[in-house]
Amino acid sequence: MYAYDEIDRTLVNERVAEFRDQVKRRLSGELTEDEFKMLRLQNGVYLQLHAYMFRVAIPYGTLSSQQLRRLAHVARRYDRGYGHFTTRQNIQFNWIKLAELPDALADLAEVGIHAMQTSGNNTRNVTSDQWAGVAPGEIEDPRIWAEILRQYTTLHPEFSFLPRKFKFAITASAHDRSAIKIHDIGLRLHKNAQSETGFEVLVGGGLGRTPFIGKTIKPFVHGRDLLSYVEAIMRVYNQYGRRDNIYKARIKILVHELGVEKFAAEVEEEWQQMRDGALKLDDDVVEDIRARFFYPKYQKLPHMPDELKQASADPAFERWRKNSVATHKVQGYSIVTISLKPVGGPPGDATADQMDALADLADKYSFGEIRVGHEQNLALPHVAKHDLPDLWKALDKLGLATPNVNLVSDIIACPGLDYCSLANARSIPIAQELTRRFANHDTAELIGRLHINISGCINACGHHHVGHIGILGVEKNGEEVYQITIGGRADEKAELGTLIGPSVKYDEVADVIEDIVEAYLALRATPEELFVDTVKRLGVEPFRERVYATR
Amino acid sequence: MTSPLEQKKIKITGPSIVTANRTWDGAVIYRTAQQGWSAELDDAAIVRSSDDARALLAESTADDVGAVGPYIAPVLVSESGKVEPGNLREQIRRSGVTIGLPAQTLGLPVQV
Repeated sequence: MYAYDEIDRTLVNERVAEFRDQVKRRLSGELTEDEFKMLRLQNGVYLQLHAYMFRVAIPYGTLSSQQLRRLAHVARRYDRGYGHFTTRQNIQFNWIKLAELPDALADLAEVGIHAMQTSGNNTRNVTSDQWAGVAPGEIEDPRIWAEILRQYTTLHPEFSFLPRKFKFAITASAHDRSAIKIHDIGLRLHKNAQSETGFEVLVGGGLGRTPFIGKTIKPFVHGRDLLSYVEAIMRVYNQYGRRDNIYKARIKILVHELGVEKFAAEVEEEWQQMRDGALKLDDDVVEDIRARFFYPKYQKLPHMPDELKQASADPAFERWRKNSVATHKVQGYSIVTISLKPVGGPPGDATADQMDALADLADKYSFGEIRVGHEQNLALPHVAKHDLPDLWKALDKLGLATPNVNLVSDIIACPGLDYCSLANARSIPIAQELTRRFANHDTAELIGRLHINISGCINACGHHHVGHIGILGVEKNGEEVYQITIGGRADEKAELGTLIGPSVKYDEVADVIEDIVEAYLALRATPEELFVDTVKRLGVEPFRERVYATR
Repeated sequence: MTSPLEQKKIKITGPSIVTANRTWDGAVIYRTAQQGWSAELDDAAIVRSSDDARALLAESTADDVGAVGPYIAPVLVSESGKVEPGNLREQIRRSGVTIGLPAQTLGLPVQV
């Protein structure tokens, strides 16, 4: 966890007071909607189909139990009793009233949460690995650097009016859980030959209308140079980025049009002029930030406690443990992923009651800490192995022990046309139907790791381009139809999926996905070959044939 | 169901209404023939020509305090005069999400 200092608290409180005044002026008519829109967006307030939507940042996906309880309070007091965790480590409330928003923000500010820069053409919530600080083999805790970036970019005047929104993601593990290659700037912590810690810097990743995988523009930037190098990138973007066309304004378009070598050269030239200036990070500054992250006092515990041995006789427990429990860097502890993908439920949603109960479980079993992952699941990062059986029972009572993490029903989906004013088609009912089709756990286990991602429009909030199976809802002659891609992935081997053929109707989507999965089971070389690897080996043609032969 | 946020030229091909969201709470509202707003589609002023649609939209847009983002949306009018939304988007705006809310799905109380 990171402890806010007085500067952070003052900044957040001043922002609440400022927004309260802006809302008051809007409701009185002193501010027009045109004048107010940018102000509300910079405070995470969108207008959706039925109501305002309020997006709250969870920086690098770390929450305390106190903060989760406060989110539950906001859901209960100001909304309809639930929240939606997004693919960018935010939570959204779908039914908030503008007149009550300042009070909701004030309640959140008391526990150090805010909604600054969760929307608008500025630097957005800096995201990171939900297993940061606890994953075995990690270079170091990437959240320290995410926090440095958060402090540096928050309300930075030069980055508050960018050509378009701008997203950072950081990982420090070999396996990328942060999807850094689909962010405007992706940072991968690693060590150079001299064992110094620094970053591989990728730029120009992003999905939406024109998807690109990020490209490496510098293999190693020393930690002390992180801010100056990032600022050099932002300056090049600010100088050359298109402001005349919203569809060409993201940095990915600039990198594509300039070419990655030319873009990298421009950044290098800019950086050389400023690298030894005020943005050079002193070790003291980094250590000060590091010192404000506090870690649990772990006990010395056995690798395989008796409680775990006994519980392993229960197939239901074992099923959950196999999919939800991961190795922790400290012996005797585990990382527990909590599926927010119940069969028939909307992906990523949690009720206020569930949030409160989970906060209690975090206090009891995880040193009061909860993590949020971009896959729209939560995690308890510090669970003693001997507590796993009791935790599982408690989670099961809350509807939070669905044993499907990383399996076919662990679907990422945007809110779609049920909520979103930009959407062309529904996402959630498609996801719900698919979870019902693949509800049989033995079948899901047989299929193995398979990520389905669903977006309700080309803006790709459900990251459909990088789903092993991607589903994109579009509108055709007034009807919802869906394009299916396969072979995408969002990890360290990130790739964009390939369209398999013509779009299919709403009622056909689940059948088509079943056909694709059946084709995979028949085509895979071994039971261990993952879906995405079978597609890589064979291409899309056999899947296309299977889907369209009878349609 | 192209997003009305992309609505540029005003040309209607059938009966239409103007809809928006109420400023203070974001609720769905419809422009009435009495130059006000109602939460009921049945109260909406129905226009049948592009000129009338433009005029209704202009009048609605002028009320910047009460409503946000007014736009023209199609409706279906039956022989009996019953008015229904003209597409899925407007159907969802009128009737709510097509899914059970999470609290309902889990059998927990929902605060509305």
